[in-house]
Amino acid sequence: MNRRENLKLLFTGASGFLLAGCSVEESAVEEVPVNAGFSTSGRSPEEIAIDKKLLSETFFTEKEVEKLNYLVEVIIPADEDSGSALDAGVPDFIEFMVKDIPAYQTRMRGGLSWLDNHALDRFDKIFMELSGNERISIIDEIAYPDKATPEVINGVKFFNLLRDLTTTGYFTSKIGFDDLGYVGNRPNVWDGVPEHVLEKYKVSYDPKLADLYLKPDQRGVVAQWDNDGNLIG
Amino acid sequence: MSFQIKESAQEYDVIIVGSGAGGGMASKILSEAGFSIAVVEAGGDFDPAKEEHRTQLRFPWESPRRGAGTIRPFGDFDAAIGGWDIEGEPYTRNTGTRFDWFRSRMLGGRTNHWGRISLRFGPNDFKRSSIDGLGDDWPIGYDDLKPYYDKVDKLIGVFGTKEGIYNEPDGFFLPPPKPRLHELLIKKSADKVNIPVIPSRLSVLTRPINNERGVCFFCNQCNRACQAYADFSSGTCLVKPAMKKGKVDLFTNSMVRKVTTNDRGDATGVSFVSKMDLKEYKLKSRVVVLGASACESARIMLNSKSKTHPDGLGNQSGMVGRYLHDSTGADRMAVIPDLVDRDRYNEDGTGGMHVYTPWWLDNKKLDFARGYHIEFWGGMGMPSYGFGTGMDTLRSHIKDEFGSPSPNGGYGTGLKKDIKRFYGTTVGMSGRGESVPQYDNYCEIDQTTVDKYGIPVLKFNYNWTDQELKQAKHMHETFEEILLGMGGKLLGAKPGKESQYGLHAPGRIIHEVGTTRMGNDPASSVLNSNCQAHDCKNLFVVDGGPFVSQADKNPTWTILALAWRTSDYIVDQLKKKNI
Repeated sequence: MNRRENLKLLFTGASGFLLAGCSVEESAVEEVPVNAGFSTSGRSPEEIAIDKKLLSETFFTEKEVEKLNYLVEVIIPADEDSGSALDAGVPDFIEFMVKDIPAYQTRMRGGLSWLDNHALDRFDKIFMELSGNERISIIDEIAYPDKATPEVINGVKFFNLLRDLTTTGYFTSKIGFDDLGYVGNRPNVWDGVPEHVLEKYKVSYDPKLADLYLKPDQRGVVAQWDNDGNLIG
Repeated sequence: MSFQIKESAQEYDVIIVGSGAGGGMASKILSEAGFSIAVVEAGGDFDPAKEEHRTQLRFPWESPRRGAGTIRPFGDFDAAIGGWDIEGEPYTRNTGTRFDWFRSRMLGGRTNHWGRISLRFGPNDFKRSSIDGLGDDWPIGYDDLKPYYDKVDKLIGVFGTKEGIYNEPDGFFLPPPKPRLHELLIKKSADKVNIPVIPSRLSVLTRPINNERGVCFFCNQCNRACQAYADFSSGTCLVKPAMKKGKVDLFTNSMVRKVTTNDRGDATGVSFVSKMDLKEYKLKSRVVVLGASACESARIMLNSKSKTHPDGLGNQSGMVGRYLHDSTGADRMAVIPDLVDRDRYNEDGTGGMHVYTPWWLDNKKLDFARGYHIEFWGGMGMPSYGFGTGMDTLRSHIKDEFGSPSPNGGYGTGLKKDIKRFYGTTVGMSGRGESVPQYDNYCEIDQTTVDKYGIPVLKFNYNWTDQELKQAKHMHETFEEILLGMGGKLLGAKPGKESQYGLHAPGRIIHEVGTTRMGNDPASSVLNSNCQAHDCKNLFVVDGGPFVSQADKNPTWTILALAWRTSDYIVDQLKKKNI
């Protein structure tokens, strides 16, 4: 095997660490070790290790998970169009995010505890022991920041965070995408805003530019220019 | 095994440090001229066409954090590996000053994730001192670079339209994509106040330029690196083709520590630390080309001290690291109530914006010296981490059929429906402007700190001046004018003096240049007009370092043109045996 072939092998990364005791006379090229490279999903080995570690840890207790499951269902319930936050796996996503962004941990745990404290103050029972109507009466106190009283500010702040994590978790899931009607992230040919939408918003394409815009049927034709930069082919 | 320095017996014609825009272009031109090349890259290999490297067309649920920016600053699916903070690779700042240094450690460097905005500098951009008396003129002008801009356009591809604007020179353009809905609305509003909105100029192939790269399939994800090679990145368009055709060896995960020199003070090669075994390796060459990024190249030069270069290589003037400057940046966004309840269709389009605003005013009539361009964003993009949040303040923008607003916050089916109604209603704009280079804005070696490879790190000292603050203030006035003119409800408060008019910290726009600037006078510049070190004739710099001033344009197209011109000069000098 000559040096160049050797190099090619090295740079495929397939052989991983390739360092052995080489003498000074040997080419440095063959000694330089090569990274084993990426694994899956475009993640570097370091990134994969971080995710793996986070996924192996557990933050929320069973009691907390029970409460979270209830709350995310209240925030994003199933309706006639689609499923709920639970259907979309939102609690697992929140479990991951509080480990990924540790600043969320105390806010989430503290908020879940605040619900119990507040329930005890009002009803002498912890949150999950309340009736459905009682729970909702507490949620109504904290779910509308513009109307909430200063006494429940900690509840409001918690619910704002929980709402954010729940809605973002839901709408970045497969069922959330379908519910939203997002139809992109796939190969396609952009040829401008649909005609009926242009009409609705009373806008139009500048006729002076009409000939300059990309014509979909030209996408396969290798571009050629004259000396002044005008496209001629 | 005991520590030992491993030295290659082979001598290359040229060693190129860094595989971004400048290093990539040098590898292509120099290898095509028949020279043997070693490209030394601090990060790993990267090829977006490989399934294991691909982040393009992935859905958010393929990331446990749904694409949040916890690990990579622009999110899990962004192609740039690295960021402003890299484990084991610190930098420091002088107290009371700030510069944030973004690095991508990978083949192709930062060209893997940028916005592909590919603007030529205009004639005025090389002669700012002659126009406003601030800073310095470049030792070259637009006419020197024009032939290279032309060649870059044809080699790499850029869409746009010929507009005939003096300081926004036209090129060899591919057809631009039609604007999206919010872009048409922005243009309509801007037209009313005589602010131009013209088709963008992005290095995205709307049509093929050769048979080696594919064309854009409109996924809006250039920042994720394109598996069809339909956008420009240095790895896919320059380095890999050079490796295929020429004598190019690529060394990855190799952190260059210094340029080695001989007794005469000429460069003899580089020493680098392998990230895989933390051992030092040496490579020899006739010529060394630095394209490691403006700050990293300055760091390497300052760390390359020797008897003949006691203050660092190329630094007899003391100018290495000086005149560091980034583009200015400020942003604003608004909700457009007319866009509530949008019809759904795929409006992903190309990466980035389909229209933009080039600088349109005369600074002589303003209270700041340099201009800015405006980038626009909005539309029905793919949801990612953060989508659907902020309903505690945004939901009241949604009104029912009787005109009553929804309550902020809330929960349940009503909330779920309102988020769907809200989708695609926000638009934003970002000003990116020219700052005035300052001697007192610089990076230097922090003699008290090393990175995990034992290499002394950079310490930054950077403050904006009144010029940049007044420019940012003007940006915000323009943003409000356009956004309000389209019926927008502005989000957040207009930033005032106390928050530097919303001006981003230096380094945040990732256009830093100027650290090894060109000039005719060896006492006030690092490089001559061919980007050759004044005090070391076989050392060249091909990244943003040579820029005398960073225009109100993105720097990549100029880095590419300048690197090509420098490479032609190196070929000429090697053939004449002058170096």
